[in-house]
Amino acid sequence: MKAVNRRVSVSGLGSAMGELPSGTGTGTVRKQALLNRTVRYALQAVNYAGLLLLVLVFALPFAWMMSTSLKTLPETMIFPPEWIPRSPVWQNYADAWNTGPFLHYFTNSIIIAAGILILQLATIIPAAYAFARYKFAGSGFLFGIVMVTLMIPAQLIFLPVYLELSAWKLLNTHLGLVLPFASSAFGIFLLRQAFMQVSDELVEAGRLDQASEWKIIVHIMVPLAKPVLVTFMLFSFIAHWNDYFWPLVMTTNETARTLPIGIAKIREVEGVATWNTLMAGNLILVAPILVVFFFSQRQIIRAFVYNGVK
Amino acid sequence: MTTAWDKLRPYGMVAPAIIIFSLFFIYPIFYMIYLSLFDWNFVSPTKSFVGIQNFRDLLTDADFRKVLSNTTIYTIMTVTLTTVLALLLALWLNRKGILHGFVQGAIFSPHIISLVSISLLWSWLMDPEYGLMNWVIGLFGFGKLAWLSHPGTSLISLVIVAVWKGVGYNTLVFIAGLQSIPGDIYEAAALDRSKPWTTFMKLILPMLSPTIFFLVIINMLGSFQVFETIAIMTQGGPINSTNTLVYYIYENGFRFFKIGYASAAGVILLGIVGVLTLVYFRLLSKRVHYR
Repeated sequence: MKAVNRRVSVSGLGSAMGELPSGTGTGTVRKQALLNRTVRYALQAVNYAGLLLLVLVFALPFAWMMSTSLKTLPETMIFPPEWIPRSPVWQNYADAWNTGPFLHYFTNSIIIAAGILILQLATIIPAAYAFARYKFAGSGFLFGIVMVTLMIPAQLIFLPVYLELSAWKLLNTHLGLVLPFASSAFGIFLLRQAFMQVSDELVEAGRLDQASEWKIIVHIMVPLAKPVLVTFMLFSFIAHWNDYFWPLVMTTNETARTLPIGIAKIREVEGVATWNTLMAGNLILVAPILVVFFFSQRQIIRAFVYNGVK
Repeated sequence: MTTAWDKLRPYGMVAPAIIIFSLFFIYPIFYMIYLSLFDWNFVSPTKSFVGIQNFRDLLTDADFRKVLSNTTIYTIMTVTLTTVLALLLALWLNRKGILHGFVQGAIFSPHIISLVSISLLWSWLMDPEYGLMNWVIGLFGFGKLAWLSHPGTSLISLVIVAVWKGVGYNTLVFIAGLQSIPGDIYEAAALDRSKPWTTFMKLILPMLSPTIFFLVIINMLGSFQVFETIAIMTQGGPINSTNTLVYYIYENGFRFFKIGYASAAGVILLGIVGVLTLVYFRLLSKRVHYR
């Protein structure tokens, strides 16, 4: 059955490659070819038009944000809207920056996202190594804890964590925002798999050279798992840089607040309808990420999508 | 010759991570379940035990029912739209080359942007008077909509924002799934002169099913916990039309100081999320098996 199909389709493939069945005159062949080409060009045009439309759906909101950020307040209240501000108002950016201690927010964002990342690396590398390379009593139970943590979204248990941090006087501190994320179940899960793929011979060779376990981790494991580590680092940093929920919930004053909180607060300071200032502030938050994305699009997409596929 | 230190070493290595998880994930779950059995306003020194009264109150509370139905409707709409659109886009955009790479990057970009930015941007795009969205629908001959400010359109507006943010990521995961299908399968289908629709239904869709399940579960988990867009764009309104579970817990805990009540709602959410993740891990383990 299959063989018959194959044979039939081989001849079918021939015609698809341009040889038309014999018996047709050369004139019709040419007309046919011309028609085929026209149809192909038309399809291609539709395809490009569709792609353009798709890009516009995602690019126009950002362009609109930029346009608004340079308008005067009366200009934002024109309908139908005008795309090009009559004369760009750079003052909006200064106004946005001056609604709150933005340098302070910015520093906090860096301290918290970087602090989380460093602690995560320090805790997940040894843990992933132990889970990947040692057999020890209770390892199944301990890995179960990792898996349960992987399953629970942090957003779900903020209330008890808030009470906990409050009891330890850690609200409104950098430490309070870093500590709950000082390790990552997801990171351990990813890295453990990478470590398990390292060949036993390499590790044994290291042991024969009297290398300590620490040296094996630093000189053999980490370099071999570098792509996974980079993936994890990008993922973690972007996630915590963007985070709004935890800094909102775990702070009651400015001490440890981060950029996203500051941007959201412009609305309270400036009033609801000052969209030009708001969009200027928003651009301050978005621009760095978009610039980074533009230059390392490939890695970032791989970081997020790879995590999805695994 | 293993020393005592050799035996203890793995425990030392996992200890920091396990301590963090126990303190900030495992213990809080039990603490939340415990709190859900009490009536407590956070400032009073005593908690009074009320048993399952909080759960009873929740289930008879019209607001909570509204919240549950909002969350469910929001989740079903977001997940369906995102997954179907992403699959179609993936089939269309699954090509190599600079142009398609650029388009893929463009539709992915909202995924790495803070939800704060996206919420503020879309609040402005959906402004009832001067928003760009009203201009866009005007091009197609529609009149102005109130979007977030009208209870009839507020929830669907939030769905639009969620789909806009998530569809690019979903598309790229689908493309990764499509590319993991071996090329000779397409060739065999082409040789058999299988119609594109048949190829899609009989070959591509079944081979993509692990990716589809993965995305549906991930999207469901995310949608059930929606918070940021609601906190910034609607504060649950107008008239509770966009109040959802996490926002409801947040308001009851932090604005009304009904800690026990909020914890009980949290336990219910935990149950929903728990069932979803169990389903997901069951499927995941199956997928690993046939790989």
